[in-house]
Amino acid sequence: MIEIQNISKTFGSLQVLNGVNLSLLKGQCIALIGPNGCGKTTLIKSILGMVVPSQGDILFQGTSILKQFAYRRHIGYMPQIGRYPENMNIGQVVEMIRNIRKDDTNLDLELLEEFKLQTLYGKRMSTLSGGTTQKVSATLAFLFNPDVLILDEPTAGLDPLAAEILKEKIIREKQKGKLILITSHLLSELDDLITQLIFMQDGQVIFHKDMDTLRADSGEEKISKAIANILKQQAK
Amino acid sequence: MSRIIKFIFIDILKNRIVLLYTLLLAGFAWSAFSLEDNSTKGLLTLLNLILLTVPLVSILFSTIYIYNSAEFIELLLSQPIQRKAIWVSLFLGLSLSLVVGFVVGAGIPILVYAPSDVGLMMLAIGCIITVVFVAIAFLSAILSRDKAKGIGISIMLWLYFAILFDGLVLFLTFQFSDYPIEKAMIGISALSPIDISRILILLHLDVSAMMGYTGAVFKDFFGTSLGFALSFFILLLWIAIPFLVSLRRFKHKDL
Repeated sequence: MIEIQNISKTFGSLQVLNGVNLSLLKGQCIALIGPNGCGKTTLIKSILGMVVPSQGDILFQGTSILKQFAYRRHIGYMPQIGRYPENMNIGQVVEMIRNIRKDDTNLDLELLEEFKLQTLYGKRMSTLSGGTTQKVSATLAFLFNPDVLILDEPTAGLDPLAAEILKEKIIREKQKGKLILITSHLLSELDDLITQLIFMQDGQVIFHKDMDTLRADSGEEKISKAIANILKQQAK
Repeated sequence: MSRIIKFIFIDILKNRIVLLYTLLLAGFAWSAFSLEDNSTKGLLTLLNLILLTVPLVSILFSTIYIYNSAEFIELLLSQPIQRKAIWVSLFLGLSLSLVVGFVVGAGIPILVYAPSDVGLMMLAIGCIITVVFVAIAFLSAILSRDKAKGIGISIMLWLYFAILFDGLVLFLTFQFSDYPIEKAMIGISALSPIDISRILILLHLDVSAMMGYTGAVFKDFFGTSLGFALSFFILLLWIAIPFLVSLRRFKHKDL
């Protein structure tokens, strides 16, 4: 579904992405992990067209996304830190995005209801806590029933209850056969979600493996331990 | 696109700074006209105030607003919207709201006290100058990722156009006073939108008689309809060029 072909990106003299090749398929739930500053967010932003890669190409359903914008209607994106126009309240932001997208059919209001955001509609964005802002971001990402979900640190800042709601939602969407790409530092959270794992370091993909093969290769059940094992093996 | 413009427009109008700006301009305008006994004097006083404050507020407010919209732009970019549409909407929304602020603040008193050709022209020029400095703000905001640096560039540009440029022109005039530089001065004045605006209005106030030979040469040029049209065209270029350059850069910008 998404084909990343030899993407490189430099910011000034800093090489953030270095020849990344990935193939992401429908129905996969992929965890993108790696140390801080390894290029995860840059990779995600390249897929969204927010960052223009210095080299390489990205194909979405077979066509290049460079200088395109219409393909983004198939992607729901939840940013790491969502900031919104301060003067607007939650209701206005949701309305605005709906207004801009125009396609009001097939809306997914599950998260809106489960997070009980409707009761907070009148609250101004500048007065919201980090967690509530994250809830708004999550709701917007799922709102249009996109085929691809890109979630950047989705549970950071959410309370355990909200994190659980979001996790269950992700599982439901996964079962519908959508492509889900998640970055996270909290590996334990991802255990029961993901089918694939991409580990990045210094702008390069160290490995991209199926969870089952990963578990078999390392002999560990837990993701964190499995990764540690794989990295140790590679260091040898 | 019109939906985004609408949202930005409403967002800015709710901002107290534009309201404050409108009140400030209204205060200037009403007092300028009520202090002077004839409307021409009032217009002259107001002209100087407008040419100082309107560019400053337009460029600073726009620069800060663009930087503060960074995350909003990001939010829109993750939606199926063209980059060009976002940048143009932001520009039109900002221009529109500041023009409304100017028309309500300064325009109403001008129309009340000086409903003449010159009054209308001052209104038009105030609007154009607003948009010119919004366009320049877009350029300085895209030149730097750093907010403080971008605002710094904006302040320097304002300082240059509003104050330093005049000093430079004065310096040149004295240095080359032995030569017939009056015609060249017309060309040089095109390098600052504030100066073109000032000359255009001064010449229509019939005070150009006090400006000596240079004034006469200016009148010869700006007084004709060709010169008039040309100077308006140059003002429009001052809008188009900075904005289009910023648009080009925005299309390739990493967010």
